[in-house]
Amino acid sequence: MGDTTASTPTMTAEVEMIPITVDFSGGLEMLFSNQRRHSLEIPATDKDGKPCNIASLIGYLCENTMKDPRRELFVLDDHIRPGILVLINDADWELEGEEAYEIQRGDNILFVSTLHGG
Amino acid sequence: MSRKNGNYTNNHMGDAAQNGVRDSLAPEEFDRYSRQMIVPGMGKDSQLRLLNSHVLIIGAGGLGCPAAQYITGAGVGTIGIVDGDVVETSNLHRQVGHATSRVGMLKVESLITHLRALNPLPNYVAYPFPISPENAAEVIRGYDLVLDCTDNPATRYLISDICVLLCKPLVSAASVQKSGQLIVLNCPPAPQGLVDNKYAPCYRCCFRKPPPAGSMVSCGEAGIMGPVVGTMGVMQAGEAIKILASGLHLPGSEGGNLREPTLLIYTYELENTIGPFSFRALKMGGRKKNCFACGENSTLTLEGIKGGDPNYEQFCSLPSAKHTLPAEERITASEYNAARISGKLPDGHILVDTREKEHFSFGSIPGAVNVPFGKLLTSAAKIKREGGAGHGILPHGVAEDAPIFVVCRKGLDSQEAVEKLKELGMDNGGKRKITDIKGGMQAWKEEVDPTFPFI
Repeated sequence: MGDTTASTPTMTAEVEMIPITVDFSGGLEMLFSNQRRHSLEIPATDKDGKPCNIASLIGYLCENTMKDPRRELFVLDDHIRPGILVLINDADWELEGEEAYEIQRGDNILFVSTLHGG
Repeated sequence: MSRKNGNYTNNHMGDAAQNGVRDSLAPEEFDRYSRQMIVPGMGKDSQLRLLNSHVLIIGAGGLGCPAAQYITGAGVGTIGIVDGDVVETSNLHRQVGHATSRVGMLKVESLITHLRALNPLPNYVAYPFPISPENAAEVIRGYDLVLDCTDNPATRYLISDICVLLCKPLVSAASVQKSGQLIVLNCPPAPQGLVDNKYAPCYRCCFRKPPPAGSMVSCGEAGIMGPVVGTMGVMQAGEAIKILASGLHLPGSEGGNLREPTLLIYTYELENTIGPFSFRALKMGGRKKNCFACGENSTLTLEGIKGGDPNYEQFCSLPSAKHTLPAEERITASEYNAARISGKLPDGHILVDTREKEHFSFGSIPGAVNVPFGKLLTSAAKIKREGGAGHGILPHGVAEDAPIFVVCRKGLDSQEAVEKLKELGMDNGGKRKITDIKGGMQAWKEEVDPTFPFI
C-alpha cells in the first residue's frame, strides 16, 4: 500500500482536513512517483472557503502530489486532459456532477488514462 | 469435416449459417460443445444461437488471438478476422494464435490456420487488410457482434461509429504495458438517436475525446506483458459468448436484462507483487443525449464516414509540441562514432542516455550514463522550483564545463533534454556545448552498429 503524506498547505492553521485516497491507473501513476495509491489529507475548503471539489482536487494534486513536471499529461487548459477518466468511488464522474462534485471524507478518486494498444 | 456420420452433409455443417438458421446440432457438435452446453444457463438454445451467429474480430494481435481461440472453441458459426499485418517474431510472446514457423505470413492466414486446427467446423472469413473508413461498413455489415482488438484510437472511434449506425454490439478491449481495459458497448443495440437513459453507451459516450497524440504509447514503444493483453482478449471472448448465447444481440432484445455499463480495468504489478488491487469494475453512464455518434441530433452517417467525414486521423492527432533543434546543436550517430574512434571527442565530455533503464540494460554506447527522461525532467523542474545548480542532474564527478552529448531511443526526447539543460543554464551562456545525437539509438544501430540490441 502506498502511504504518502503530502505536504499540507499552511495558509490557515484551522483548516479542516479530510482524508481521501487517490488512485492512478493506466500509466498515469508514472506522473505520481510511480505510486498507484496515495492516501492524502486535503483541506476541506479551498482558498475562497468553498468546499473542495474535483476541480480543486486536481489543482491540489498538481501543486502537492505530482513531482513530474509534465503537467500537460494530466491537465490541459485547467481541466483534466482528454483521455483521462475520473471515477468517484468507482463510478464515472459524470454520474456525480463532474468537476463540481464536493469531496467527502473517505472518498476514493481514481484517475485512469484510456488505453488504445492491443 | 467428419465423414463418419451420415446424417449431415458438408453443407449442413459448414455453410449452413449462411444459408439458413440451424435448429439442430450434428453429432460431432454435440460431442465437441458438450461441456459448455451443460453449464447452467446454456443448454441447446444458447448453443444454437452461437452456431447461428457471425462474429467479427478486428485485429489479429495480442487481443484478437486469445479472443479468437475461445470464440472458435465455443462453436460460433462464422468468424471473420480483419488485419493487414504480417506475423513478426516480436509478436509471438503474446499473440498466441501465430507460430514461429509462420513469421512473415499474413496474420489473418496464420490465425485461421491455428483456429482450423482447433475447430474445423466454423466458417472462417479472412479480411487481409486494415479496417478503414472506406471499407468498414461493408466488412461489419454481415456480422452480429464485433470485437475491437485494434491498437489505435482512430480505428477505435471508426469501429464504434459504424457499430452504432449498423446496430451491432461491440466488445472493446485495450492493453499496454501492465494495464488492460474492457467494456461492452452498444449492447443491446439501439438505433442512433434513441436517448432516454435505458440505452447502452457507445465508445464516444464513454471516451468523448481522444488523448493528445503525444501522450499515447503503443505496445511497440512501451512494451506489453503477454498475460495482461491475453487476459483482456479472453475476457472479450467471454463477454461476446455471453451476449450471443443469451440473444442480447438480436433485434427487439432491448427490454432484456440490460446490465449497468461497466469498464473493467486490470492492473498487473511487476515491482510490487502484493499491490492493493488488480481488477476494478467501474460504473459508467448510459447513452449520452449529446453524443456525436449515437445522440439525438447526431449527423453521423455511413455515407459521410465513407467519404471522409468525420476525419478520424485528424480527430486523433491533435498537435503535440515537438520541435527540431538547429543543426549546430545536433550530430549524427555516425559523426559521433567517427569522432569517438579517432579520439576527437572533446576532453572530459559526457554522454547522457535518456532511455528508460530497461532499454539501457540491454546495451548502450560505450561510456554512456543513464538518466531516464522522466527523471531528468523531474530533477530539472525541482531545480527550477527550489533553485540549486543544474549540475545536480548529472552524475557526480563530471566537470562543470564538460561538453554534453544526449542520446535517446529515436531522437525526440534527447532534443527536449538538450533544451531543458540549456534552460537550466547548463550551457554556461553558450560556452559549453550541449549536443543531440540525431535519431537516437535507432540511428546508432542503422548507421554504426547493426548488431546493437535496439528495442
